[in-house]
Amino acid sequence: MTWDYAPAPESREVVTIAGEYGLFIDGEFGPAADGQQFPTVNPATEETLARVALAGRADVDRAVAAARAAYQDAWGPMPGAERAKYLYRIARVLQERAREFAVLESLDNGKPVRESRDVDVPLAAAHFFYYAGWADKLEYAGLGPGPRPLGVAGQVIPWNFPLLMAAWKLAPALAAGNTCVLKPAETTPLTALLLAEVCQQADLPPGVVNVLTGAGDTGAALVSHPGVDKVAFTGSTEVGKEISRALAGTGRRLTLELGGKGANIVFDDAPAEQAVEGIVNGIFFNQGHVCCAGSRLLVQESVAGTVVERLKERLATLRLGDPLDKNTDIGAINSREQLDKISALSAAGDAEGAERWSPPCPLPGRGYWFPPTVFTGVSQSHRIAREEIFGPVLSVLTFRTPEEAVTKANNTPYGLAAGVWTEKGSRILWMAQRLRAGVIWANTYNRFDPASPFGGYRESGFGREGGRHGLAAYLDA
Amino acid sequence: MPDRAGARRPPRAAASSPARAAGARRPAPERLGVRKTYKLFIAGAFPRSESGRSYPVTGADGALLAHAARASRKDARDAVTAARAAFAAWSGATAYNRGQVLYRVAELLDGRAAQFTATSVQNEGLSAAEAGRAVAAAIDRWVWYAGWPDKIAQVAGAANPVAGPYFNFSVPEPTGVVAVVAPAGSGLLGLVSVLAPVIASGNTAVVVASEAYPLAAITLAEVLATSDVPAGVVNVLTGFAAELAPVLAGHMDVNAIDLTGVGAAGRGELERLAAGNVKRVFAADEDWAAPPGPRRMLAFTEIKTVWHPVGI
Repeated sequence: MTWDYAPAPESREVVTIAGEYGLFIDGEFGPAADGQQFPTVNPATEETLARVALAGRADVDRAVAAARAAYQDAWGPMPGAERAKYLYRIARVLQERAREFAVLESLDNGKPVRESRDVDVPLAAAHFFYYAGWADKLEYAGLGPGPRPLGVAGQVIPWNFPLLMAAWKLAPALAAGNTCVLKPAETTPLTALLLAEVCQQADLPPGVVNVLTGAGDTGAALVSHPGVDKVAFTGSTEVGKEISRALAGTGRRLTLELGGKGANIVFDDAPAEQAVEGIVNGIFFNQGHVCCAGSRLLVQESVAGTVVERLKERLATLRLGDPLDKNTDIGAINSREQLDKISALSAAGDAEGAERWSPPCPLPGRGYWFPPTVFTGVSQSHRIAREEIFGPVLSVLTFRTPEEAVTKANNTPYGLAAGVWTEKGSRILWMAQRLRAGVIWANTYNRFDPASPFGGYRESGFGREGGRHGLAAYLDA
Repeated sequence: MPDRAGARRPPRAAASSPARAAGARRPAPERLGVRKTYKLFIAGAFPRSESGRSYPVTGADGALLAHAARASRKDARDAVTAARAAFAAWSGATAYNRGQVLYRVAELLDGRAAQFTATSVQNEGLSAAEAGRAVAAAIDRWVWYAGWPDKIAQVAGAANPVAGPYFNFSVPEPTGVVAVVAPAGSGLLGLVSVLAPVIASGNTAVVVASEAYPLAAITLAEVLATSDVPAGVVNVLTGFAAELAPVLAGHMDVNAIDLTGVGAAGRGELERLAAGNVKRVFAADEDWAAPPGPRRMLAFTEIKTVWHPVGI
């Protein structure tokens, strides 16, 4: 029996996309000093959505100066209770304009609108709501007496959750009393610019939030700018290391949220249906463009055959296609560059002897697409078991004992997240104690909440975002 | 707020005469205002007292403002029943949800700021500026408490490093139904300052409003009734604290009582009654204009500790 779905497209009319977008500096939108622009495209169709200002060094100077002035004159001296009310306003406008944000995010990023609508946008609003409540309660955060803001924060965010990452960066920084210069990713600038408009609507004082669109050079200029007191970066481990080197010896504060190669560990007593859903959610959520993705499935040998078989059955039901269709499970790969990287690593999996499988899955003619893919027969030494693919590609390995599962799971330079599936509570906690990762999901995966700290061990970065601990990155205490 | 009102003892409303100021006959106004009947707020509805009683509420000049319902022992018991019924859902709601609900109260109160200011001026005799500051502080207090539900466990909870293979954590949970005798001298700000922390931490409340200044409490009930606060989470009784407080203090289905609105002299007897079911008793005289701490929330929470073994 086959199930057919009628098309259920979300209307793109709910959001108006301008032909051109400027930089948001000191409360105003304007062109880059040298007039440069770059296109942002819809990865599902390859159409250009808008042309966006490309910030250069002069623009970075201006944005940092605006943030400094706002820190000294407006935001720094403001009572926390007043800062809180600005952040609550932003949270409320995000909730009110949620549908616009969801559609714009899916257009610019390629992710299914079901995810941007149900995950990215509500979580972003919740993040502002949560940290709004901290702005006047910093003395209760347990960081020590009289916590003080750091000053100007330079924040560089990735393209996989453009709005949500902007919220993760801005909300705690602003709650703590810092001002911000935010650099969204080159391929996904639009929701950050819409968020800048929301800041205007909330009457946020000019210069408190500045948004510089651009590419790698813009980000490099921002993080190495001497007027920046604090750098926060989410992105690849490679760039994170470059930023660490650039800041070495400057005494400036840094937090990094980098790559991962999350192990999703399934024991033989795990409820199979639930585990399969968790595996699918772990690696195919957001096309696998998730730093904490459960990209390595470690399944106990005795149940490996059954689990992989059920997994394949489930994958055959996933729907790949138009991100704006509300039934779509797998959207577009964010960029040609990323598609090439996923393709190359998958080819390495073939070459090194792993067995590739994808469900029958017609790909649209235009745009960037990659089918959900499972590699079995993967060994620890394979590139697809060691390197972050950042795409809808799962590598399956097996283990016999809990000790072996821990050893294999920890055999990576990363340490962002891991999953454990078992009915036995004591084993969950035993595993959690031994897994070297910042987040452990037990009988669930890819859960996020503003109250819950998130961040990595080892080369997955340092510092936490979310929760009480997320404030520490933006306070001197 | 330079809380003159907080310091001043209000006139005992029942004793004050409804005499009209400066006697002379007034000309009929062009359009006669429509006065509001102030009733109780129980289980999301606005009943009169089952006893049929009321008492006159007067302004600072002694003029009659309204007849407020004078709640009876039975009304108090009905309010406790309503609060108990609402407890499971309210305490079980996510902390994020409770925060959103409290924030919405602030939003709605802000829209009615002028009305509350006018009521305070009339009922409490504050100047317009004083009343405006008190109302603004009351709105901001809801905002302050709106931020707490999803943080209180992070501040007052703990992961406890016990010496053994156990995962052990402690979290604060709401204690249950909390009776609150609101401050006598501050009709809105005092009331909000004692009520918001009780419901922020997930309890449900039965509040005895200020005897002399009950109008803001009932108008606040109208705000709550149209907000997202579920019916029964807040119940407001107007009447005589001396009559109602002993009923609530002795009630076996009330888990805690806030005696802030009871003078120090009256607290001892109520505390003795409260001992009947080991109620948590809290009372603290505060400057309502000053920023609060978390102690009012923590006074009405229980710390629950969970042990779980760690092992293969």
